[in-house]
Amino acid sequence: MTPLRISVVGVVASALLILIVLELIRGRRLKERYALLWLATGVVLLVLSAWRDALNTIASWLGVTGYPPAVLFAVATLFILLVLLHYSTVLSKLTDDNVELAQRIALLEERVSRRSEGEARVDPTEPRTPD
Amino acid sequence: MTASPSLGRIVAVVPAYDEAEVIGKVVDEIRSFDPAIDVVVVDDASTDETASVARSHGAIVLRLPHNVGIGGAVQTGFKFALAEGDDTAVRLDGDGQHAATELGKLLAPLERRDADLVIGSRFVDPSGTYRPPLARRIGIRVFARLVSALTGYRVTDTTSGFLALDRVGIELFAADYPHDYPEVEATLVALKSGLRLAQVQVEMRERETGSSSITFVRSLYYMVKVMLALLVASLRRYPRLETTRR
Repeated sequence: MTPLRISVVGVVASALLILIVLELIRGRRLKERYALLWLATGVVLLVLSAWRDALNTIASWLGVTGYPPAVLFAVATLFILLVLLHYSTVLSKLTDDNVELAQRIALLEERVSRRSEGEARVDPTEPRTPD
Repeated sequence: MTASPSLGRIVAVVPAYDEAEVIGKVVDEIRSFDPAIDVVVVDDASTDETASVARSHGAIVLRLPHNVGIGGAVQTGFKFALAEGDDTAVRLDGDGQHAATELGKLLAPLERRDADLVIGSRFVDPSGTYRPPLARRIGIRVFARLVSALTGYRVTDTTSGFLALDRVGIELFAADYPHDYPEVEATLVALKSGLRLAQVQVEMRERETGSSSITFVRSLYYMVKVMLALLVASLRRYPRLETTRR
């Protein structure tokens, strides 16, 4: 059986996680899109911590006979991996977007400097001197 | 020497990072091969005078605001060619290892409308003089075999960045070009998209300054990254491009 103290700590910790995530969303420091996986993590951990019978049942399904709270760690680890993988996809997209932006700036800058060549000699590689 | 007028407007894409010492000569050589070629130097956020030297030698300079790596830099040049409506693009390294005097060989299959992508290879002719270090030779051989196995087309020099493209090729690479260590993967993408590939024997020079971007420490990453990219790219589907000539 799951010791009661572990369940209490689990409930408090996952409730805290949910509250922190909600507060970050409220303060617009976390976009909902990136908060969803964290909220799911918090809710699943909260349910498994509070609903002790469920945790014990799942543990016995999985063949975890000695120490059911190990399932809590396993679930938490799985969710953390999911969050990290999600971040890697976000990072990849940002990298691509960033390259695309750099390319566009280079192309536009060249076009602008070609246009303005007649009016003023502007060398885009030189930093503009503050007036 | 000048390129045939049947090639239309030609742009030479020259990616460069900190090549101020040699970039002027590279630009001059291309312009003396054919003054009608627009030389576009893509300056990948160099810390030296690469951009201003290139410009003073008459090149169009595309200056990237931060370093995006060789593939992203080259692609910028192809995007320029696409936007400007150029018919033909060649790509030479900014370090001077690709001799502009070899451009005629590279452009010949495009003139004959035999190919959409022409790669300057050091290994088409086994009697070629280029003898890279053993590790590099093995790497080049392995990738050549892998691309050949994945596409059924015998590719001899997959790591060569010396190439020429027609309009279809420009359109493809402007839209889809791998970002780091791009050459091997780009060859595969081109073949899978139905581009007709030709390989011509060219001589390449030893680097004049600096060192190759592929250092020993990076070569392991290089091998693994390119292998992964190749395997994944071979599982992807690419729309077949229309390559029939007008």
